[in-house]
Amino acid sequence: MNRFLSLFKRHSSSHVAKDRLKILLISDRTECSPEMIEMIKKDIIGVLSKYMRIDVESTEIQITQTKNQERGNRIPSIRANIPILELRSK
Amino acid sequence: MSEVIVITSGKGGVGKTTTTANVGTGLASLGKSVVLIDTDIGLRNLDVVMGLENRIVYNLVDVIEGNCRIKQALIKDKRYPSLYLLPSAQTKDKSAVSPEQMKKLISELKEQFDFILLDCPAGIEQGFKNAIAGADRALVVTTPEVSAIRDADRIIGLLEANEFEKIELVINRLRHDMIRRGEMMTIDDVIDILAIPLIGAVPDDENVVISTNQGEPLVGSATQAGKAYLNISRRVNGEDIPLMEFDKSITLWAKFSGIFHRV
Repeated sequence: MNRFLSLFKRHSSSHVAKDRLKILLISDRTECSPEMIEMIKKDIIGVLSKYMRIDVESTEIQITQTKNQERGNRIPSIRANIPILELRSK
Repeated sequence: MSEVIVITSGKGGVGKTTTTANVGTGLASLGKSVVLIDTDIGLRNLDVVMGLENRIVYNLVDVIEGNCRIKQALIKDKRYPSLYLLPSAQTKDKSAVSPEQMKKLISELKEQFDFILLDCPAGIEQGFKNAIAGADRALVVTTPEVSAIRDADRIIGLLEANEFEKIELVINRLRHDMIRRGEMMTIDDVIDILAIPLIGAVPDDENVVISTNQGEPLVGSATQAGKAYLNISRRVNGEDIPLMEFDKSITLWAKFSGIFHRV
């Protein structure tokens, strides 16, 4: 039965192509290397850690494209998902 | 008001010249006056696709260097009296022309023609810069393949940086059968990735090869590609033409197959 289901689950090559392109174009568009993103992530975590305890493991920093509403063109933007474990309110 | 449109793609071999020839001929069949300019200096192609290669006396570089007047270099089409070709030079290289010279040439042609179509060379170097210099609208041609889409994305970025306001997408060589099997990206997939408006989709059609063999653009013929190119020509001309049945069936199939892939 599982084998039967996996026939449908099989990733078609068009999905593979689309997924590869999405990742490829993010670095093409921003000319931003994965190393640089890693450094940005480290710095952001460093700054935030002064004020709160954050979940470093599940922190995600991504450079994506958003549409500029006024001009309609694409501009790169940083999207961060940083779960807070504990707020240190003084 | 004349419109200056550059047909570009980044990657070679995706159908820029075929699109230029067919959309240009299509616009002429709609009663517009059109000039096609082959800007690929050193690798002349548009003349053979149009079947006008035996009539060339002067070329683009001759006009720019002042060896002849524009009128002397324009070749009248075999079928449509309002359609002209300005061929490229075969023996010179890209440095023979500068963007400023192209702008000047185009501003002179604007007085005579409703549409000026520029067939852009592959790549993003000097030839590309020359081709886009005088244009205010762009058709980006791509095929549903990773490499062509990546290059199209780069070209779109460069066009946006050059402040093009109208950038539209032509998706070429779609294969219905492969899309149905999930082995080719759909029209929606490509639009989703490139995020520019679609002006038309052209099926992979052996008649394109046949028409190139004969040197006669197939726009307007009863073939799938011929119908698709006429629709694109009408949309370029500002008419509101819905997507062809062919296009629709592909989108519908994509939705169906999508159900299975989500299982």
